[in-house]
Amino acid sequence: MMSGGISGLAGLAVGILASALLAGGKLAANEIGDADRGRDVFRACAPCHQVGADATNRVGPQLNGIFGRKAASVDTYVYSKSLARAGSDGLIWDLVRLDAYLENPKALVSGTRMNFRGLKDKQDRDDVLAYLRLFSDDPANIPEAQPTARPAEVDLPPEILALVGDPDYGEYLGSECQTCHQGDGSDAGIPAITGWPDEDFVVAMHAYKQKVRPHPVMQMMAGRLSDEEIAALAAYFGGLE
Amino acid sequence: MTFHRRTFLGATAASLAAPMVMGQGSPRVVVIGGGAGGATAARYVAKDSKGAIDVTLIEPSRSYYTCFFSNLYIGGFRELSSLAHSYGTLAADYGVNVVHDWAIGIDRDAKTVSLAGGGQVPYDRLILSPGIDFVDGSVPGWSLAAQNAMPHAYKGGSQTELLKAQVEAMPQGGVFAMIAPPNPYRCPPGPYERVSMVAHKLKAENPTAKILIVDPKEKYSKQALFEEGWQAHYGGMIERIGPDFGGASVEVRPDAMEVVIDGEVEKVDVCNVIPAMKAGRICDLAGVSEGNWAPVVPATMQARADDNIHVLGDATSQGDMPKSGFSANSQAKVAAMAVRGALTGSKVFPARFSNTCWSLIDSDDGVKVGATYEATEEKISKVDGFISQRGEDADLRKATYEESLGWYAGITADMFG
Repeated sequence: MMSGGISGLAGLAVGILASALLAGGKLAANEIGDADRGRDVFRACAPCHQVGADATNRVGPQLNGIFGRKAASVDTYVYSKSLARAGSDGLIWDLVRLDAYLENPKALVSGTRMNFRGLKDKQDRDDVLAYLRLFSDDPANIPEAQPTARPAEVDLPPEILALVGDPDYGEYLGSECQTCHQGDGSDAGIPAITGWPDEDFVVAMHAYKQKVRPHPVMQMMAGRLSDEEIAALAAYFGGLE
Repeated sequence: MTFHRRTFLGATAASLAAPMVMGQGSPRVVVIGGGAGGATAARYVAKDSKGAIDVTLIEPSRSYYTCFFSNLYIGGFRELSSLAHSYGTLAADYGVNVVHDWAIGIDRDAKTVSLAGGGQVPYDRLILSPGIDFVDGSVPGWSLAAQNAMPHAYKGGSQTELLKAQVEAMPQGGVFAMIAPPNPYRCPPGPYERVSMVAHKLKAENPTAKILIVDPKEKYSKQALFEEGWQAHYGGMIERIGPDFGGASVEVRPDAMEVVIDGEVEKVDVCNVIPAMKAGRICDLAGVSEGNWAPVVPATMQARADDNIHVLGDATSQGDMPKSGFSANSQAKVAAMAVRGALTGSKVFPARFSNTCWSLIDSDDGVKVGATYEATEEKISKVDGFISQRGEDADLRKATYEESLGWYAGITADMFG
């Protein structure tokens, strides 16, 4: 059942990249969407779903805290068997899955009772998701709460990409590493990263980026570095000793 | 002895390349607050401007005790002295003019800071990193005057020491109460790590003691991980009263050592009151606060109210980043880059931020949560993140704890040189 949904998600990811690059305008490219506009889009959902301080279950469950929630987990609401099973299978409502569900509910959860043809317009989905995001946990209070922005890697502005091999950029990027990795090469608890051959450094960082090397902090940190940025870091730390 | 910028310049200025300077004399950056935000900002501006910017750091304490890792001291995993840091290296090696005094006023038109000890310090850019103060009246019955009877221990140093001593003096089978703070507050997992550390200590020294958490929040950071760990290590010792059972309706009576929860009086032996928080007072004095916090421009950490003032760390309202030492350190590097760019024309790159919070649940049982962030026009937005999982094996938890020790060494070196 889930495989159809997941292959649909791969196509969807490409869609996200394209629209993020094209969006421009008043929104920064990395925000989910325009929450103000999303409030209007939500009118299509409001006959069945509520959000906000007094939200209760209606035809559909209330949607407070939907981001990061396990599917079919509002205990006071009776779900379809399909959605309940998706929850048991581990479906968590993150941005990508909510987006897929809103685009075509039955493509993600075949037997869902949500009789809604889907929001085909990408901008509508982005905006309504930005609106719904306002009613879920705030990462400032609960750091593990779901992101409020899309990953930045794909929308690096051209002027950054032009800064290939800039040692100053390597030094700035490297300042982020030095909250944990010490510039003097100490390696208690956290490995030293100074004085490595460039190639070893680059290979290691790409291995984290591709999640081949296991370490959640490093996977996350490397995950948003471009090739040029990894090269700049390698050059910077390679020169320290 | 204290170190003065003059002696540093005399020793090394001649060997530096001619700095790019605007107007007469070097541009002046004044930093108020020498913690994770302020010390980092002072160090990075001084280091990266290579003498082109005159940096003054105003901080009352000669020895800075980190608030992060103070729970590990309470649990017996660290000596208090290991949490103390001096500003000697910032002064001697980086040429930062360290002034041990209180900043008591800011004249934004004249661009000067007044000191409690007298005198004015002029600035071209001012960086405020004052940390937190407490909201008066947020816990009925508690005020700063009661902080010896019922410590907050939410600023590093003597309060932490007092709380630990009180835990050690508890009678067998006594009750340790914590009044947990409402959002937003410094170090979201901090109160719950503290409970873990108190439980670790009591389990060894006072195993029939109880811990009572009175909490106004529905949910808190790393909740599933803490609950799993408490069950495994301290089964039955810890009780949490959330808002559904009166956790948001609490009053304390410091003289009687009583806590009143939704009208029910509880007699307690230690009471750790962590009140609601707001930006350090200098933000109000500077007129950069709105409500309890100082709003900032995400890309530069400039105060929304004044382009010549940057605000860092716990004192800010910026969006998605939790209030933590790691966040403040991360924000300080963005601000330092922006300040140098404005004053010396050095290159400015797009802001990027990150945070990781480690917490210790019991010996060798460490967990962590972290995220990356970036600046949008509206706020600092969370981009990606991770959290430790329930049921991780003991080796991973031990490695996570050891990693946190490495991080402590790393960030304090990054702050103080």
